[in-house]
Amino acid sequence: MFKTPRSRLITIILITGMLGWQLYSKGLKLGLDLQGGMHLVLEVDDPEGTMTVEAKADMIDRVDRIIRTRIDEFGVEEPLIQKVGGERLIVELAGIDDQDRAKEIVQRNAFLEFKLVLPVTDMTAALSRIDRSVVAALGIDSIRALGADVVASEQPEIVDLLFGGGDTTVTGEQVDTAEVVEEVPEEEDPLDNFQPFSSKLNMGDIPGTYLIALEDIPTVELFLAMDEVQRALPRDQALQWGMELVGRGARTYRYLWVLEEDPFLTGDRLETATAGRDPQFNQSQVQFELSRAGGRTFGQFTGQHIGDNLAIVLDGEVQSAPVIRDRIGARGQIDMGSGTPLEEASDLALVLRAGALPAKINIIEERTVGPSLGQDSVDAGRIAGMLGIALVVLVMMGYYRVAGMLAVGALGVYVVLVLGGLAVLGAVLTVPGIAGLILSIGMAVDANVLIFERIREELAVGRATRTAVEEGFDNAFSAIMDANMTTLITALILFQFGTGPVRGFAVTLSIGIVASFFSAIFVTRSFFLLYLQGKKASDPISV
Amino acid sequence: MRLFHNASYKFIEARRKAYVVSGIVLGAGIVFMTLNVVNIGSWQNYGVDFTGGSLIQIQVYENLTAGDLRDALSGSNEITRFGEENEFVVRAPVAEDGSIGAVADEVEAQLAAAFGQDAFEVVRTEQVGAKVGGELQLKALYAILFSFLLTLIYLAIRFELRFGLAAVIATLHDILITLGFLAAFQVEIALPTVAAILTILGYSLNDTIVVFDRIRENMHKKGARKRNPVDLVNESINETLPRTVLTSGTTLAVLTALLILGGAVIFDFTVVLILGVIIGTYSSIFVASPALIEIQNRWGMGKAGEKKRPQPATV
Repeated sequence: MFKTPRSRLITIILITGMLGWQLYSKGLKLGLDLQGGMHLVLEVDDPEGTMTVEAKADMIDRVDRIIRTRIDEFGVEEPLIQKVGGERLIVELAGIDDQDRAKEIVQRNAFLEFKLVLPVTDMTAALSRIDRSVVAALGIDSIRALGADVVASEQPEIVDLLFGGGDTTVTGEQVDTAEVVEEVPEEEDPLDNFQPFSSKLNMGDIPGTYLIALEDIPTVELFLAMDEVQRALPRDQALQWGMELVGRGARTYRYLWVLEEDPFLTGDRLETATAGRDPQFNQSQVQFELSRAGGRTFGQFTGQHIGDNLAIVLDGEVQSAPVIRDRIGARGQIDMGSGTPLEEASDLALVLRAGALPAKINIIEERTVGPSLGQDSVDAGRIAGMLGIALVVLVMMGYYRVAGMLAVGALGVYVVLVLGGLAVLGAVLTVPGIAGLILSIGMAVDANVLIFERIREELAVGRATRTAVEEGFDNAFSAIMDANMTTLITALILFQFGTGPVRGFAVTLSIGIVASFFSAIFVTRSFFLLYLQGKKASDPISV
Repeated sequence: MRLFHNASYKFIEARRKAYVVSGIVLGAGIVFMTLNVVNIGSWQNYGVDFTGGSLIQIQVYENLTAGDLRDALSGSNEITRFGEENEFVVRAPVAEDGSIGAVADEVEAQLAAAFGQDAFEVVRTEQVGAKVGGELQLKALYAILFSFLLTLIYLAIRFELRFGLAAVIATLHDILITLGFLAAFQVEIALPTVAAILTILGYSLNDTIVVFDRIRENMHKKGARKRNPVDLVNESINETLPRTVLTSGTTLAVLTALLILGGAVIFDFTVVLILGVIIGTYSSIFVASPALIEIQNRWGMGKAGEKKRPQPATV
């Protein structure tokens, strides 16, 4: 089929035309480092390493689906979302303007729960138990080191608020005073005097809340994270943080809510969510609608708890806790406070619609490139590439004359093949990729050089032109083949072990090797055959 | 025009001198690596890709120096000029709580507080968790070892085992010298640097194989068995010398264009490639081919080699 120079030429034109057209119509996909954007690597949070491989893989599958939906709704063109090794997810968003926002949308769990707020008094009895468990678990010394060794009587500051009255400590508050007070004076164990936990609690101004001073928040967080403390909590009850900091007088506090541990409803019953603005208070809010079944549960529950507070818990923090005034059906809303921009509300609505992530997601790698930097690299690469090609053309034509011109023609075919190949494979061109491309131009002539040197040698030992050319190509083949194969091996290994830009480089290099092999063995040879056409076997050639 | 036509340099005879040169360069590299361990705590200047941590590249629009930036930032950041006049790179270690993203935000906030929002622009950030960094170091090592193994197997099949061994020795030589150079100049090792090292590996092999191919061919010529192996190898190197010089020359020309015009992002990468091409060319002549001779002198070609030669590779 490829016997005659004409059929060879047609083949070359066909292949070049096809790939050239692909290149023209599809264009080259630029990597993040060239067009700007964000590259994230996500991992399911597993600090204790207790998850099985299957559980992780399943988790990352679900994360993958949810993040895809979110990104789709967020409106990023051609996002790349890819699982790696069954436990990681790569998210590449090209041309993103607001990177913080995009990150939030990717990472936010959006786990929505509805829980009943309990009166503080339900917790009161447990407080001394919690104190004791903290002391038992940490020891007095380390509690002192935390600056949390305050005994009840020394409590420095109390917020005088709604329920607090004049009472100094939470433990002495309301009903069960006797029980707690009794325990303190008994004092068989001096440890009872220590109230590392309860001394940090101030009575809140909303039913079911404590207020924690800003400087105490880390300590209390630490205590709450302890297994011992969690065990000391009353059954079915939980202490959960409020979303925002609040100012009371000169000081800043954060709410700690007393809630029923189990939510009566979660966000998976959510049908839809939209962002809006409440005209009356001018605050951003997210209106949501529950599924039919969800609406029934919601209505039933709220009907039974009129007058109680309902906590809307988002990712473990209480977003708001309105009083249930009436039986609520399938619709509800999450108020986000007046300072919150609408954008944030619409992002929240988006992640709620897309669904909650099944687990906490950690970002373990983050790269961003501004668009201007990428453009600089593209320009620099283009200029360097053109100069490089010009140099190669000069050397080849100067050294090998007509044969050099044939090689330059083959090099032109080669460039179209590589770029077209990149377009067909949808490979991404990165900064190292451009370098690989330019390097492969240098190496592409290698095969031609090998062949031409061979032809010169054959001519030098007195072979006829045509035979010399044939022998030159045949004898050079094994060297070209082996050299290209070993380079291809390293390129494939690069692809296997590399990520991001390095992978781009490996793909570019691999395509370059295949294309240069083809261009030297087939294209240059065809051009040579054309050149030899009409020449007699003994006519001299320019090589 | 013809370069090195009918050359007959005595490369193999000069191999002892080459060993001395390679030895000195390798030794110097090891000294630099050791010095680095003492001075910067690691044998190479690993970038954030490998150690974990943050890299924030900033373009400033006002007349700010690295000192100004340093004053504006708290914490143990390392600030260096990057390429052009108005670009700087801030490097910070992994945050104590291991969180990603906070560092860059903090740097940006501190700079905005000191110079105003419009005085600068963050053009690139790279933030890598410590775990990922450690994994990458291992991966890079695996990649290099794995490619050695595959090359060895390939060459053992296509040529003979000793060719594969000699090629691997030469490649190892190239990589070690490159690593020594990187250590000497404390070039930051980033992912693209590893890609560059692997490319060198490929290039060096490419060069070596062209010479080996010629040796293989000459070995199979009539009367080759009676010839002195040193002469045979020498002749093969000389025969391929024009090609070696020309290919290395064009590749170097292209890479030099890239070095000068390619911009700061790619500079280190290109330096490593240029270095690799030079070393790779040197090693294919002065390391790979002598290694072949040495292997043969020490262990012979084996009985099988003496009696029945392997069939010439046909393709």
